[in-house]
Amino acid sequence: MTADPLIRVHALSKTYSVGEVAVPALRDVSLDVRGGEFVALTGPSGSGKSTFMHLVGCLDRPTTGSVWLNGQDVSQLSKHQLAHVRNKELGFVFQGFNLLSRTSALENVELPMLYAGGISGRERRARATRALESVGLSARLSHHPNQMSGGQQQRVAIARALVNDPLLLLADEPTGNLDTRTSIEVMDLLQHLNLERGLTIILVTHEPDIAEYGTRVVSFRDGTVRADRPVDSRRTAGIELARLTADGVDQLRSA
Amino acid sequence: MSPLMTIVVALKALRRNVLRTALTALGMIIGVAAVIVMMAIGNGARASIETQIRSAGSNIVMVSAGSGTFGPVRAGQGNVTTLVPEDAEAIRQTVYGIRYVSPGVNTRTQVIAETANWGTQVQGAGQDLFAIRAWPLQFGDPFTADDVLRSAKVAVLGSVVRDQLFGAGADPTGATIRIHNQPFRVLGVLTPKGQAAMGQDQDDTVIVPYTTVQKKLLGQTHLQNITVSANDGVNLDDVSRAIAELLRTRHRLSPDVADDFMVRTLEEMASVLTSTTTTMTYLLASIAAVSLLVGGIGIMNIMLVSVTERTREIGLRLSVGARDVDVLMQFLIEAVVLSLAGGAIGVALGTAASYGVTRFMAWSALVTSDSVMLSFGCAAVVGIFFGFYPARRAAALDPIEALRFE
Repeated sequence: MTADPLIRVHALSKTYSVGEVAVPALRDVSLDVRGGEFVALTGPSGSGKSTFMHLVGCLDRPTTGSVWLNGQDVSQLSKHQLAHVRNKELGFVFQGFNLLSRTSALENVELPMLYAGGISGRERRARATRALESVGLSARLSHHPNQMSGGQQQRVAIARALVNDPLLLLADEPTGNLDTRTSIEVMDLLQHLNLERGLTIILVTHEPDIAEYGTRVVSFRDGTVRADRPVDSRRTAGIELARLTADGVDQLRSA
Repeated sequence: MSPLMTIVVALKALRRNVLRTALTALGMIIGVAAVIVMMAIGNGARASIETQIRSAGSNIVMVSAGSGTFGPVRAGQGNVTTLVPEDAEAIRQTVYGIRYVSPGVNTRTQVIAETANWGTQVQGAGQDLFAIRAWPLQFGDPFTADDVLRSAKVAVLGSVVRDQLFGAGADPTGATIRIHNQPFRVLGVLTPKGQAAMGQDQDDTVIVPYTTVQKKLLGQTHLQNITVSANDGVNLDDVSRAIAELLRTRHRLSPDVADDFMVRTLEEMASVLTSTTTTMTYLLASIAAVSLLVGGIGIMNIMLVSVTERTREIGLRLSVGARDVDVLMQFLIEAVVLSLAGGAIGVALGTAASYGVTRFMAWSALVTSDSVMLSFGCAAVVGIFFGFYPARRAAALDPIEALRFE
C-alpha cells in the first residue's frame, strides 16, 4: 500500500450561498481512497455526503481545498477539462437511472462514447454490446427503458457508466428506487465489478445495511466526516441471493 | 463532439417525439408556404402586366395633345388643337432613330352593318399603326398610304366588332358598314389581342385612315395623338426629348410656357404599373412573413418546453462528459433542423399551391428562385434566432441541479 491513493481529498470545503446567507455544505474534509476500494458514504440528508460525491465527481468545484484524482488536481481544471475527466475517468449511476426514454438500451450505453470523440459507430456498438453483456443484459439490447424492470434499467445505467472504462464508479443511492431483492442483485453486480475488475467504487447511501456491502464506510454529519471505518463483516450479495432463492423454493415446497 | 455527431444526436432527439416535431414544423411549413404563394401571386401579376404592356408593341413613344391656355380659358387635357399632321411628318423627318409614325384621331360612335349595330371606338390612324403595334390581320389587308392620302372610306375591324356585326369568326372582307351614315368598305379583320394594360379591350375597335376621321367624321384638322416607334437599340428617352424639343419649336412655345403636349414611353407606363404590383408583392410577402415569425415563436416555445422537460437528460449528458457547447449545439441544431425541414416542406407545398392557384383560379402565380431562397433563408434565420435562447438556457444548466430536477 505504498502507491499514491487514487483519490486524495485535502481540506475540502464547499459553501453554497442561498440569497445572502452562506450555507456550508462541507467543512474541511480530508480523505484518501486507494484503488480497488468500495467506499460507502452514509449520513442523513444534508450531511454533505452528496456534496462530497459531486466534488469528487467533477460536477462541481470546491470553495477551498483540493481534489486529486489519479495524480491530477481536478479542482484547478476548466469547465471543458472537467467534462473531459467526467467522460474518460468517471462513471455515474443514479437513483433514478436517468436513461433516455424511447431509446434502446444499446443507444443509451453508447451515449458516453458520443462525447468521447473518434470512436466509430461500429466500435461504439461493439463496446456497448460487451458492456451490456457484462451486466447480464445481452438479451435486452434493443429494449427501451419502459420495456424493462427497474433492476434491468439500473443495470443498463451501470453498463453506460462502465463503457468508457472509468477509474472510478460513483453511485448515488443506486438502490433507492428498487425493492429489496433487486437491490441485492444490483449490489451483487457492483461487488463483482469491484472484486473481479478491481474497479474503485464510491457509493452514496442513507441505508446502513446497503453500506455493509462495501469495504469501508465513511459517515458524514454536518459537513464533516464523523466516522471512517473498514467493514468488519462484509455482506456478500451473491450468497444472500442464493439464500433468497432457496427460501423461495422452500416456501414453494412447503405450500 | 464532432458536428456530424451533434446533428445525429439532434435528429435522434427529434425522432423521439414525432408528433410534437411535426406540429412544431407545421408552423414553419405554413409560414414558408404562405410567403412562397404570396410572392408567386405578386410576381405573376407583374409578369402578366408586363406581357400586356409588351402586347401594345415595343419601342413605342406616345405623343398626345396636352392642355393649353387660350387667354383666360384653360383647355383641359387633349383639348388643344395645336397637334397637327404636319407635326407627325416633322417628327418622321427630323428626329433620329424613328421607324414609324402614325397620327391618331379617335371618336366614339355607332357602327352599323346590315343586320346589327355596335357602339365602338373608331380610331383614325396612319397606315403604319399595324406595324407599330405588331398587329397582324386575321382576314384581308390593312389600308395603305394611298387610302390615307385619299381619305378613303375603308375600315379594318377589331375582332370584337366583327363578332358583334357579322357573327363570331366570320370573314366580312368586302362588306359595307355605315359610320355617321356613310358607307365604309371593310378591308379586313385584326387578330384578337385581348385586354390592354389599362383594362380596355383592344379588340373593340374599328381602325380607319386618320384623314377620313378628320374630314368625313369630325371635320377637324388637329390630332389627338401621334404614335411613334423607334428603331431597335435607340434610346427612347433621347427620342422623347428630341420630339419634345421639336414640338415646342413648332408650337412656338416660349420657355416660360408649359408643354401643350405629352410625350410618354411605354416603359414609363409599364414601370408605374409594375411598381404598384411590386409594392403589392412586398405587402403580401410581409403579411406572410408574419406567419413565419409566428412559426418561429412556436419553435422557441416548444424548444423551451423541451429544455425544461429534458432537464434531467441534459444533466445526464453533462455527467457523461458533454460540454456546455455540445448541449448548446444539440438544441440549436434541433431548432434549425425543425425550421429547415419545415422550410423545405413549405417550399414544396407553396410551389404546389402556386400551381394550384394558376390552374384552378386562373391567376398567374410565378414561383421564382428568389422567393424560394428568400423564404428558405428566412426559415434558417428564424430557426437560429428563436433556437438560440432555449439552447443557451439548456447549456447554462448546472449539472447537479439538472440531475436532481423532478
